[in-house]
Amino acid sequence: MISALWVMIALSVLLGIVLGYAAIRFKIEGNPLVEKIDAVLPQTQCGQCGYPGCKPYAEAIAKGESDINLCPPGGDEGIHKLADLLGVEYKPFGGDAQPKAKAVAFIDENTCIGCTLCIQACPVDAIVGAAKQMHTIIASECTGCELCLPPCPVDCISMDKIAEDISNWKWQHPVIIPIQAVA
Amino acid sequence: MFSSPFISQPSSVSQIMLRVLLALIPGIAFYVWYFGPAILVSLTLASITALVTEALMLKLRNRPIKPFISDNTALLTAWLLALSIPPLAPWWLIVVGTAFAIAVSKHLYGGLGSNPFNPAMIGYAVLIISFPAPMTHWITPHSVDGMSLNFAAQWSYIFSGMLPSGLTLDAVTMATPLDTLKTQLHLGQSVADIRDMPIFGRLAGHGSEMVAAGFALGGLYLLFTRIISWHLPVVYLGTLFAVAGLFHVLDPAHYVAPLFHWFSGAAMIGAFFILTDPVTSPTTQKGKIIFAAGAAVLTYLIRVFGGFPDGVAFATLLMNICVPLIDIYTQPKVFGKKGAGK
Amino acid sequence: MRTLFSFHGGVHPPTHKAESTRTPIALAPIPSKLIIPLWQHVGNRSVPIVQVGERVLKGQKIGRPEGKLSSAVHASTSGTVSAIDMQLVAHHSGLPDLCVTLIPDGRDEWISHVGVDVTHTSHAELRHLLRKAGVVGLGGAVFPSDLKTDAHHHQIKTLVINGAECEPYITCDDLLMRERAQDILRGAELLRELLQAEEVLIGIEDNKPEAIAAMQLAVTQAGYRNMEVLCVPTVYPSGGAKQLIRILTGIEVAAGVRSTEMGVQCFNVATAYSAWRALAHGEPVLSRIITVTGNVREAQNFEVLIGTPLDELIALAGKQADTNRYIMGGPMMGIDLPSGTVSVTKATNCIIASSLKLFPPPAPVMPCIRCIRCADVCPADLQPQDLYWFAKSNNFGKAQEFNLADCIECGACAYVCPSNIPLVQYYRYAKSEIHERSVEKLAADKARERHEYRQFRIEREKTEKAERLAQKERDAAAAKASFEAGLAAAENAQQQTINEAIERAKVQAATAHALNTDALTQEQLAKIAEVDARRAKMRELAATAGADDEPPKS
Repeated sequence: MISALWVMIALSVLLGIVLGYAAIRFKIEGNPLVEKIDAVLPQTQCGQCGYPGCKPYAEAIAKGESDINLCPPGGDEGIHKLADLLGVEYKPFGGDAQPKAKAVAFIDENTCIGCTLCIQACPVDAIVGAAKQMHTIIASECTGCELCLPPCPVDCISMDKIAEDISNWKWQHPVIIPIQAVA
Repeated sequence: MFSSPFISQPSSVSQIMLRVLLALIPGIAFYVWYFGPAILVSLTLASITALVTEALMLKLRNRPIKPFISDNTALLTAWLLALSIPPLAPWWLIVVGTAFAIAVSKHLYGGLGSNPFNPAMIGYAVLIISFPAPMTHWITPHSVDGMSLNFAAQWSYIFSGMLPSGLTLDAVTMATPLDTLKTQLHLGQSVADIRDMPIFGRLAGHGSEMVAAGFALGGLYLLFTRIISWHLPVVYLGTLFAVAGLFHVLDPAHYVAPLFHWFSGAAMIGAFFILTDPVTSPTTQKGKIIFAAGAAVLTYLIRVFGGFPDGVAFATLLMNICVPLIDIYTQPKVFGKKGAGK
Repeated sequence: MRTLFSFHGGVHPPTHKAESTRTPIALAPIPSKLIIPLWQHVGNRSVPIVQVGERVLKGQKIGRPEGKLSSAVHASTSGTVSAIDMQLVAHHSGLPDLCVTLIPDGRDEWISHVGVDVTHTSHAELRHLLRKAGVVGLGGAVFPSDLKTDAHHHQIKTLVINGAECEPYITCDDLLMRERAQDILRGAELLRELLQAEEVLIGIEDNKPEAIAAMQLAVTQAGYRNMEVLCVPTVYPSGGAKQLIRILTGIEVAAGVRSTEMGVQCFNVATAYSAWRALAHGEPVLSRIITVTGNVREAQNFEVLIGTPLDELIALAGKQADTNRYIMGGPMMGIDLPSGTVSVTKATNCIIASSLKLFPPPAPVMPCIRCIRCADVCPADLQPQDLYWFAKSNNFGKAQEFNLADCIECGACAYVCPSNIPLVQYYRYAKSEIHERSVEKLAADKARERHEYRQFRIEREKTEKAERLAQKERDAAAAKASFEAGLAAAENAQQQTINEAIERAKVQAATAHALNTDALTQEQLAKIAEVDARRAKMRELAATAGADDEPPKS
């Protein structure tokens, strides 16, 4: 009886030392989870999640302050990826925003008055122009976040859906008929 | 969407399974020849049960019935199960076994292509665990004691459990040769003495050795028409031979010759028809070899040291569990990544 | 005798080649209009350099290459450009792309063109000429040949010339080898020279004995050493570049590896032929040999101008009433074309008129039973049944792990599948999803970087602004201080001047005094001392008397 007690105590002490050592030895600096979550997010920086950009949203998710289903540009797949990453249940889209087709902002250069408000709104510096000068969008850098739309005083910015052509066309998941058909 | 390739080989699941069914016919013919037509009754019962269950399950699962019921896979399951249990077993035994095999071990796992276990073997396992008694009454072959039952008597026994007056169940049935061997060895007899008993033939059980040979014949047909690959049957029979041979050489009085193991029980039908079920066997060549060798060792161990009369079913099921793991660890090297100079 | 190697798997579909090899290559007439796509090659789309309404000559460049990976496009005959717009092109997507429509004038008038002396022209110049002539891989891959002839400093041992032509129905290379073996070999020799390869191996499937004989004869006649025509067994897909390289050299080129890194390069026979025509005769790629077969009255090979509409080409072979669609390329890897309005391109080696009888719609799809007939025939040693599973369940990471990238989409797996699963379609789907994701990932990384930089910039601007502000405040304070300091300084300066003046005066006085008293006699000194004493006495008396007396000024 006594000896068993001693063995258990010795074991717990030993394991405690091992665990304590491991905690020091393998200490992880920083919070890699935020980086991982941020890598899944689409980096549109649109703020539709309610956070000022993707990184803050990633931080909020990592802290458990925010849900994983608030990112419309990430789409359904993004939620699945986050669910996988965090080991939580998939949730359908929350909030009002719904995923939209990808688009690129376009400035109607005839209407633009060169107020620079959109330039200040663009999270990725994809608008060039100067005060009293016509502005234009660098289409290849535009994330389609739509943050430039509200500040424009003359409503000269529109969102152009990215049209499908040969260069961006992709194969569809094959549709297998007999599985759906009921004979 | 219509996309390449636009041509395909004229083959289908249904055709493949039909050929496998055809390959079973030599074995069935020998079965009828030595043990009477009772087996045809159980084959028919099993077939009808399988088709009805299949249709019912497809209906319940909201799947198209016609393409799946005509794929012949349910029939194959039924036949393999019918050939694994005693033909004189009461009619409900085969019905229950087949229904369980199709409904539970096939459709509840997702139907064709998704079942991890061989349905026929699941059916067998359920029967032998739930109803061990009727599973041990095997027909004595015609030529052993001359007291065989005619078709009418077999029919009436299967459906009503009545035997013609003057006959007892023990008189017309017996344990399988493997079972007899095991029992007699327990009683202290030597292998040589036991083999002198009238139920044994030249290689194994009288009659049943020829049935096994019939299955082997059908199996060779499948092998040469490339319906099945050589890996599973060759490695299985080879390993079984090697293990049995080793024990036999070390102690011939207690361990029977390897050929006896080949031609007894379900070894042949297992090697060519049960292990080779594509759905439940590994997909890689290395994996097939591991799978077959494992099944052979387990078969031998269960037969010789275990409590069941035959080991093929449990060996198959146990190896079925390992298939996903085997597949993962035996992935072949792909084109250009095999290392230089191959 | 050289030992040949083999690759894993392969299938033997019915070849259907005899139908189109009965007659020699016929020259297709100039069609009523030519629709010339500007994107006929791997890489960037060519940029049109002609105007609508402009008259162009045969061989005139109408599209210039854009960027390194691109190629030129030329007018196939003389005529007038009637449109530069989006037209349906031969592509899996069935989407339109930019095309130049040319109305031929029937005169077929060549632009002035001369060949070069290939032995006395630098390799760089020859490569440039290949690019200018729009020479791309005519086997179907349409990769710009000028880039393929650059070995990137790798030592090339073997140049493989691909005449295997393993796909059913297609016989254009067969006929080309039968009829134009000499020019093919000249082209091969030229490519060998460009690559500095040690040997040339020409692989032809053994179901083309006439082509093999013609090529062998041509090699002997021309006396090329280091050049060998090899007869390879007929098995699909032996004509895949990787597979043929494997058969002839034993080398396996994995996905993502350049074959030149392994000392081998591969060109199609038709590419070798057009490379020769382009360099030695100055003829750009304006036409190619196309097999017109399938559901037509007379299957035949035609030499067709690039841009010829399909309908006009099919009419030459005799269109059958029950033709329902066309297949461009072979039945294993071809493109489905629902209509005949598209035009032929440099990639078009074969047009198969299809009918329901010839190519019945695919049978219903059954579940996979893991029979691994697909794995048995896969020439890339893949496990198609696993890849199918991953692609179907959108598990793209796993698909990549199981080497989906090594799939050459040859279709052998789908050909043998007893469950009729459109396996290749699943792989294409998975591949294009993976591609899109990698593109998206790059874009996201870029956006992240730009966003972070912007935030850094805003932060920096803020600190800079704050600093400027602080500086300004400091400056203001300093200015005030300096003003006061200035005032003080001015006063100081005045005072100082005064002081200085006093000092100066003192010194002057002293000096003057000194001057006056410089050379005094003893007598005088005594006199002074007496006077001084007297004065001191007086001062003393004055002080004691009430100090009303001014101090004496000296």
